[in-house]
Amino acid sequence: MIEVNHLTKQYGGVKAIDHVTFKVNKGEIVAFLGPNGAGKTTTMRIIAGFVPATSGTAVIAGFDVFEKPLEVKRRIGYLPEIPPLYSDMTVSEYLTFVAKLKQVASKEISPAVENVLNKCNLVSVKTRLIKNLSKGFQQRAGLAQALIHNPEVLILDEPTVGLDPHQIIEIRDLILNLAGEHTIILSTHILQEATALCQRVLIINEGHIVAEDTPERLSANLRKSEKVNLVIRRGSDEMINEIKMIPDVINVIVQSKEGGDIWNVMAEYPVGSDLREEIARIIVQKGAGLLELKAQTLSLEDIFLKLTQEEPANLNHGGAA
Amino acid sequence: MRNIWTIAQKELRSYFYSPIAYVVLFIFLMVMGLLYSNIVAAVNQASMQMMRFQGGMGQFNPKEVIFRQSFGNMIIVLLLVMPLLTMRLFTEEKKMKTSELLFTSPITVFEIVFGKFLGALLLYLLMLVLTFYIPVLMASVTEISWKAVLSGYLGLLLCGGVFLAWGSLASSLTENQIISAVISFGFLLSLWIVGFMGQVFSDTPIGTLLSYLSLISHFENFTKGLIDTSDIAYAVGMIVLGLFVTYQVVDSQRWKS
Ligand SMILES: Nc1ncnc2c1ncn2[C@@H]1O[C@H](COP(=O)(O)OP(=O)(O)O)[C@@H](O)[C@H]1O
Ligand SMILES: [Mg+2]
Repeated sequence: MIEVNHLTKQYGGVKAIDHVTFKVNKGEIVAFLGPNGAGKTTTMRIIAGFVPATSGTAVIAGFDVFEKPLEVKRRIGYLPEIPPLYSDMTVSEYLTFVAKLKQVASKEISPAVENVLNKCNLVSVKTRLIKNLSKGFQQRAGLAQALIHNPEVLILDEPTVGLDPHQIIEIRDLILNLAGEHTIILSTHILQEATALCQRVLIINEGHIVAEDTPERLSANLRKSEKVNLVIRRGSDEMINEIKMIPDVINVIVQSKEGGDIWNVMAEYPVGSDLREEIARIIVQKGAGLLELKAQTLSLEDIFLKLTQEEPANLNHGGAA
Repeated sequence: MRNIWTIAQKELRSYFYSPIAYVVLFIFLMVMGLLYSNIVAAVNQASMQMMRFQGGMGQFNPKEVIFRQSFGNMIIVLLLVMPLLTMRLFTEEKKMKTSELLFTSPITVFEIVFGKFLGALLLYLLMLVLTFYIPVLMASVTEISWKAVLSGYLGLLLCGGVFLAWGSLASSLTENQIISAVISFGFLLSLWIVGFMGQVFSDTPIGTLLSYLSLISHFENFTKGLIDTSDIAYAVGMIVLGLFVTYQVVDSQRWKS
């Protein structure tokens, strides 16, 4: 449904995005995840036909954005980072205007307005001036605007930014309800949002896509080894050496010795060979007390930080399927 | 066509969401009424003196003077008022980021530019219609030439169209309404002053060109009841030029945003 190929946008000498390539299938919800300034807004603006790219192509629903902009614009709903609201209009007036703008047939305008008012829980404020609405209602009016012509593709730029936790949950529920009917690409700098809403995550940093996969697979692929943390009473160097002797063990490190008696130890072994039992057995055999044994998990948060903060040379540039 | 109308309608309505339209309409009508009664009084006095001393009016036609003066004054009032009608057109869209909605909708830049111009023109048309009480009032007390009245109004419409087109251009150049109004006032004043420069350099090719570009010389013909195609061509040409440059500015701004 969305095919982006080597999209590059240059502002002066600075590349906001650099050879961004990805694909979104029909009905998918994909998150565009990256820190501020990564190039999310730039990419979305290009796909929506607001700004032209310096080079590369974007094809939406079979139409090239640069060659057939009107065909593409008919098929997308776009919620910019700042919702494009006319503050002097009432919610109904605004949605009616947008419906005309999106060329909804005259007869279907008022049913379409009713429909999105219901979907976005705006019925109670439909006669209020937009400038008098709370941020949460304004954001919903922005979302309603993107939905009014029932577009195949929805492009949502940071749809929950600036909202309070309660409003965030409302908007997320709304988006989840839209899944299936529309192909959705949404951007966010919040990891939980990407995992909560999306089947697939594209991680973008400094204008490059650095990873692309399901949230689960991303975390699995990036883990090179398993690590366990141990807390041992009456630890000894002899015992540590014995653990090190277990085949496959990569490393054992004594991290601290509390009061000389309780040791904090980290053991590392390859993914797939679970050595927790073996390690526990040695400790118990030595007459030491195993107080704690805990596998370290690499959360998506860690992955995100890893991908977006490491030196560029270490980045995983793969991903483009 | 439907897209142009969608935009025009939105602009027209948005004038009435804010106090701008009401203030402009009120001030315009009030000033026009005052100017008109002043001129009538002055001309009455003059014609009475003429009659006393010459026993007749001779070459002097008070009704024609009233018209020419009224229309001339209207242009000056327009010069001050029109920038207020155009100052919001593009500045507000940029400032409120609603331009992002317009430019991602299935509508062309031409339709946006022309629709906005049309919306402003329709409000201006309403203003003109409301001043029509002046000739009607005159007709009730004396005989008037409706041909001159109508050609004068055509002149006002075209002249206002030029002002609005160049005002649109001014508002496409900035995000600030005040700056936009100042720029468009500058444009309109230039169109005015070019005529005086033409007189200074008269008898030279430059002088002829400047005189041609000047709004006043073309407008005067309309107030005399003369409808000349070259005057109409001038006005339409200036409108097209103003809107064309606006189109170019608006289109190129998307590359930078
Ligand atoms: N109009 C612009 N002019 C110059 N630089 C820009 C412009 N828009 C964005 N940039 C730059 O492009 C980069 C990507 O910005 P953006 O796409 O807004 O990132 P994000 O939405 O991920 O926060 C940033 O470094 C930003 O400074
Ligand atoms: Mg952004």
